[in-house]
Formats: sequence, C-alpha cells, structure tokens
Amino acid sequence: MIFLRNLVDRIRKPFEVGQKFEKFAPAVNAFDTLLFVPNHTTKSGAHIRDAVDLKRTMVTVIIALLPALFYGIYNTGFQHYIQLGEKFSFLDAFIHGTWKIVPMIIVSYVVGLTIEFGFAIYRGHEVNEGYLVTGLLIPMIMPVDIPLWMVALSVAFAVFIAKEAFGGTGMNILNPALTARAFAFFAYPTYMSGNKVWVSEASNIDSISGETILGSLAAGNEINYSFSEMFNGSIPGSIAETSTFWIIIGGLILIFTGVGSWRIIIGGLIGASITAILFNFWGINELMSFSWINHLAVGGFAFGIIFMATDPVSAAQTYSGKWIYGILVGVFCILIRVFNPAYPEGVMLAILLMNVFAPTIDHYIVEKNIKKRKKRWQLSNLKNS
Amino acid sequence: MRSKQKKIYVRRGFNLNLQGEANRISVNLPKSKTFAIKPPDFFTINPKLLVKEGSLVKIGSPLFFSKINPRISFSSPVSGKVTKINRGYKRKILEIIINADNKESYLEFQTYNHESIEDKEIIELLLKSGSWPFIKQRPYGIIASPEDSPKSIFISTFSTSPLAVDYDFILKNNKNDFQIGIDILNRLTNGSVYLAIDDSFNGFFNDIRNVEKVFVNGPHPAGNTSIHIHNVDPINISEKVWTVNPEDVVNIGIFFKTGKFSPKRTIALAGSSVKKPQYYKTIIGSSISNLLDHSEVNYKNNNRYISGDILSGITVGPDNYMSYYNNSLIIIPEGNKYRFMGWLPFVNNYIPSMYKTSLSWLFMRKKFIVNTNLNGEERAFVVTGEMEKVFPMDIFPMQLIKACLYKDVERMEALGIYEVIPEDFGLIDYGSTSKIEAQKIIREGIELMIKEVG
Repeated sequence: MIFLRNLVDRIRKPFEVGQKFEKFAPAVNAFDTLLFVPNHTTKSGAHIRDAVDLKRTMVTVIIALLPALFYGIYNTGFQHYIQLGEKFSFLDAFIHGTWKIVPMIIVSYVVGLTIEFGFAIYRGHEVNEGYLVTGLLIPMIMPVDIPLWMVALSVAFAVFIAKEAFGGTGMNILNPALTARAFAFFAYPTYMSGNKVWVSEASNIDSISGETILGSLAAGNEINYSFSEMFNGSIPGSIAETSTFWIIIGGLILIFTGVGSWRIIIGGLIGASITAILFNFWGINELMSFSWINHLAVGGFAFGIIFMATDPVSAAQTYSGKWIYGILVGVFCILIRVFNPAYPEGVMLAILLMNVFAPTIDHYIVEKNIKKRKKRWQLSNLKNS
Repeated sequence: MRSKQKKIYVRRGFNLNLQGEANRISVNLPKSKTFAIKPPDFFTINPKLLVKEGSLVKIGSPLFFSKINPRISFSSPVSGKVTKINRGYKRKILEIIINADNKESYLEFQTYNHESIEDKEIIELLLKSGSWPFIKQRPYGIIASPEDSPKSIFISTFSTSPLAVDYDFILKNNKNDFQIGIDILNRLTNGSVYLAIDDSFNGFFNDIRNVEKVFVNGPHPAGNTSIHIHNVDPINISEKVWTVNPEDVVNIGIFFKTGKFSPKRTIALAGSSVKKPQYYKTIIGSSISNLLDHSEVNYKNNNRYISGDILSGITVGPDNYMSYYNNSLIIIPEGNKYRFMGWLPFVNNYIPSMYKTSLSWLFMRKKFIVNTNLNGEERAFVVTGEMEKVFPMDIFPMQLIKACLYKDVERMEALGIYEVIPEDFGLIDYGSTSKIEAQKIIREGIELMIKEVG
C-alpha cells in the first residue's frame, strides 16, 4: 500500500496548490480519494469523527441497486428470447442483457462524470459522489432499446438542468435520474412507450406482444400475467424496475443500513395501497379494477418508492415531512395511473411532483414547530406580566 | 422547600465507548510552578487588565475585569507574581501567567453566617471574590450578568460524553460544600434550583436538599444541561436560566464557608494514549506540562491534547495551560493516516460508527481506540435525518444550522437558538456524513445573536 500511496503522491505533485496544474486538482483528488480515504484530521468541532462519509453512503445505495440490476440484465435477455421463441439458457439471457445494458451504463457514467468533473474544476470544489448513484439509476429506468445517444442526451440534460443549474449535489430540487427519464419520455415519446421498446431488439420482430402491463391496461386490453410473474419480474418493462422481489431486497439493505428513509418507503406503500383499494371499489376502468396488490407489484412503483423517492436531497427533510411526502407519492402514483391513460406509469411523475412540493411540506412542519415555540413565549409573557 | 421528582427519558442519542476512561483513583497533583488564566476561555469577554507584569497577587486578587460589565472580575487562583502577559493579534490578551510562590496567601472576605447576609450582598461577594464567572447563563452559555434575575438554575451532575468526568466520584467528599453552594444558588433565583441526576446511578447527589431533582435516563447527550432545561423549564424570549458546573457549586460553597476564593479543579486525564488514566486534584489554570510530568503518556504516538470534552473541547499544546472551566485532559493519537479504499461499507470496523454502514455496532461493548482522522472530506449537505437522530430536543437542528449559515437572526430565534449551545451539536459533528462543522456554525450564530440582539 505504501508503494501505491507514494506513487499517487508523485502523480499529485503538479496539481498541488501553487503548482502548474493547480486548477485541475479536484479531478485528481477524485481519483486519489477513491483509492485512499484522505489523511485529513479534525481542525475544529468534535475531535473524533464517524467512519461514515458520502462515498460510503453512496456506495451502499449502489450495493442495494445491484440485485435489481442483475435481474434486469437477465430479464432483458429473457424477454428477447421469449419473444423470438428461441431456446435459450440462463447464461444466454444474461450475456444478451449484459451486451445491451453495460454500454448504457458506460455512456451514462462517462457523460455524467465528464460534466461533473468539469463543474468541479470550474467551481473549484471537490467532485461530489452523488452522481455515482444517479449514473447507475438512469440506465436502470430506461427502456432497453433506447439509442445510446438518447441516454447521453438525457444524462446531459439531467446533470446540467436538474442539478448543476441549481448549484450541484445537495442543491437540486428534482431528482436528477427521474429528470433524465422525464426528458427522454417527453422528448422522444415514440422511443419511450408502445409495444416495441420494452423488449430488446423487438423492432426486428414482426408480431410482438411486448407491451407493459400498465400500458395494456391503459389501452383497455386484458393481461395474461400472473401475480408471481409480476412480483418476480419476468415481464416487459424498463430495465431494472420489473422485479419487485429483488427491489425489495435492495430496499431492505437501504432500510437496515439507514441510508434510505423507511418513513418514505412505508408511507408510499400506505398511500398507494389505500388509494388503489378505494379505486378497486369504484372500478369503472381496467386500471381501477386492477387489484391493489398487483398495483404495488407492477410498473415502476416499487423501484420508484425505494430508490427514487428516498433520495434525501429532493425528498422532504423532516421526519413527519417524510411520512407525508411518502404517502402523497403513493397516492399520486395510483391517481395518475388510473386517470391518465397517456401516462400509464404514474410513479415517475408522482415523485417529480412531490419533489417540487417537498420544500413546502417541510415549510409547514417547521412553521408548526416555530408556532409552538412562539406560543410558549406568549404564555410566559402573560404569566410574567 | 420540598424536593420533587421529575423524569426525562432521552431516546435519541448515541453512547461512544472509548478506551482510556479515567480510573476512579484520584491523586493530589504537586503544585506546578506556573499557572495561567486565559481570557479567551470566556466567550465574548473583553478583558481590561488590573495587573502588570511583576505585580504581586494573592489567591482571589482580581486580574482583570470585563469591559462590558466592570462588576465581573476574574481572580488569580494562586498567590505569587505575574510574570508574563501573552498577547496575540491586535494585542489581544491571550494568557496571564503567574509564578506561584510557596506561601498560600488569600485575599479574605467576610462570608461567615451566609444565612444572615442579604441576597444583594451575596451577589456582591461572588463578584468581588472572582467566583461569579462560575455562573453561566442561557441563552448563549456565557457568564451570567449579575443584574439579571434567572427564572431557574440548572446543575447537571453527570456527563454522558465519552471519557468524561464522574462528578459523583470527584465530589463525594465535598457533600457539605456542595449543599452550601446549593443554598447560596437558591438565594439568587426566585424560581427553583434543579439538579439533574443520572437515573441509573445512586450517588451522593440524591441526598442533596433544597433542590428539585430531575432524573435523566438515556444515551449521550442526556447529560447536557440544554436537554434538561428544554424538558423542564424551557427558555422563552428575554428569559434567563443560569447553569453551574457541580465542581463550581462546591467552589462557591467553600468560598462561603471559609471566606477564601476556591479555585478547585479535579482533572481527569484520559484517552487511549494515557497509560494510567486517572484523576488529579489541582486548581484552575494549572500547566499541562506539570500534569504530564506526573503521569505516564505514550509519546510514541503523535498525540492530540484536548482540554475538555472529546466532542467539543479545544486543542492545546503540551506546554499550554488548562482552560478555566475544563476538567478533563484527553490525549489521543492524531490520525493523519490514509486508509486504502476505506470508504467501502462494512470495512475498517475498528472505527466506531453510529451507522449500520459499518459493522462496528456489533462490537459496541468493546472499547474503541480512536484518532483524529476526519474519515472523509467535507461535502455538500446530502443525507437528511441523521442530525435528528442524536438531537433529543424539539428543535430542528439542520434548519437551525442553515439559519445560522444564512445569518437570519429572526429565523434563528424562532428555530430555538436560545435553547442550545455549541456543545449540544457535538454528536452532530461526530456523525455528519458530509463532515459539516456544526458546532462552529452554531458558535458563529450565537456570536451574531449577541451582537445583533444582545
């Protein structure tokens, strides 16, 4: 390790303060701190510090994403071969999926990190780790057949407009990954819906039934998937959102480590379940009468509520605010699904909508606390006078 | 007055189990040659000197007074000669160094029969003897103003901070002095004197009379006075609550018993770099080198010397002097170490962590050896909810910190700045994912409040 450390120190030399390439230090620091947690010591405040840092937190999210990602890779191949009607092994499916998805991840990271590094150098701050998660999330929520240049453009839009325009990591109002998806959804609708985009290389096949469940229901069609298929995820959909089972595994990792807010996740479950149950009673269209438990299992709901709604920056920040925020994400998700057949997947828009309202929720929670305090002041004034 | 009982259960907090806690052994520290009083220990006090280099002083002779309130003066803890006045930037007075002589000559005061002395006279005696700085006020945690009338006085008899002092152990022989101190404090307020006691421990503080006892249960920061005030008698706008450290209650008691200014300090020498961590009986302003000469410290490490609490104390050099209020000297190794891929979750579990992204919670019974590594770099505020986890008050810590950062006095007031002092944010500093310096931000916020509101 000492050898490696010395090597890094040698490489760093020209980037140090007062040296020739001082301006580019953030870029070098990003690689250095990836290899070694720096040796900085406390200068003020508490003399000792927790082992946690932003890298550790973000990497925990990535670990939680991996089960869903691996299943998504397999399911990509699975859907492809099922539609072709060919015989295939697990490995075939996995290889096909890898071939499709890894390039998307690479494009997402390369484009996104280039912009992040650029801004870090331009603004003179360290590269924040937030994009490590965003960069993986973006390909995971795209349809598999989306062209790579669209991925690149969506990433660029999200990082520039949703994140850096607001000041970078920690300052954004909207979740950057969902912004990327929303951009792709509205800019290239033909690539983001219909029955050809959810199955890998489906455009080469003439007769295909690759519509998502929510899409079929919105069009008023019957579906022939069982609940276990919906739950296990062997259905068409965006890359990694289909398997509720593997997403729940990731969710448990987030809740156990405390990285994801259980208040938001449970709140979302409650909100969506109650709304869907109420619609089950009403039941005047296909999506209304679609059983509430199926509503929780299909589409992006599980992925959204566990990995997107829990983004601490764009979610509500107070404990009670998180409950309200989570519940409303659930409610709006089902509302949008049921009432707007143009957007059969409601969770993306529900979360983006609640992102916008999260500061308002917090505002009222904090105001309540302030009012309580001021009332106490008034009472004590009365008592004293 | 009848003693009533109140209970506080603290749920949000975290106990850090560190190696090097002071053993319950106390020895008299041989008197050091030099002592120092450091005006910067007194937050917001602007000193006006009463002595010059070469002046002879007795125990209790005033050294300087506060320009803002000339009634508050600060006394010499020893008799001897002022040898040096160290100044810093803009001639700011940093240290008044006194060479102790072998005599112990006191400036004596008439305090006999304190029951028959009027309240006003008691305040006057506290001020003249230099015992007044023992009394601090909330809001802000600064020295109390003798013109105020506090609605109550709080004394926390236990500290939950890691490696902190056990007040029951160091003061159990001074029970009577403590009682006298309490009786004196009762004369200073129309309200109650509250004594916060560790619920899980039955010590001599349980026998103290003329106080309202508050029994507290829970992890750090359960011992912080802010928590007790917040739960029992919260501070409203333009109200004052006073606080006194238990050992200073004893000092006030001794002063009224003997008529002599008492600068007693028992110092816990603790931390993993100390070979025999224990207590040393000495007086305020003693030199750290004297303390180190009479103890065994592992000098092989590059050490950090902390005067005070490990979460909120100040860094001192081995040739400095103890700060006025601090009663612990903690010595731990400096970090300054790189950790290869140390950011991976579940690695380097030898570093205690509040979070389950590390496995250190499995070993929480173990005593951890800690160093001063930051364990990361400062980042933007990202993770929310982690501050509330260790902040057991009905105050939004993150919102308050942000209000301090954008310097909105009205908002800080509304969010509860009057009810906190920087020390309450010690664990927030410790556990911050983004390595935010919460205590520094709050201290600057309080400075701003004093300037703008007063």
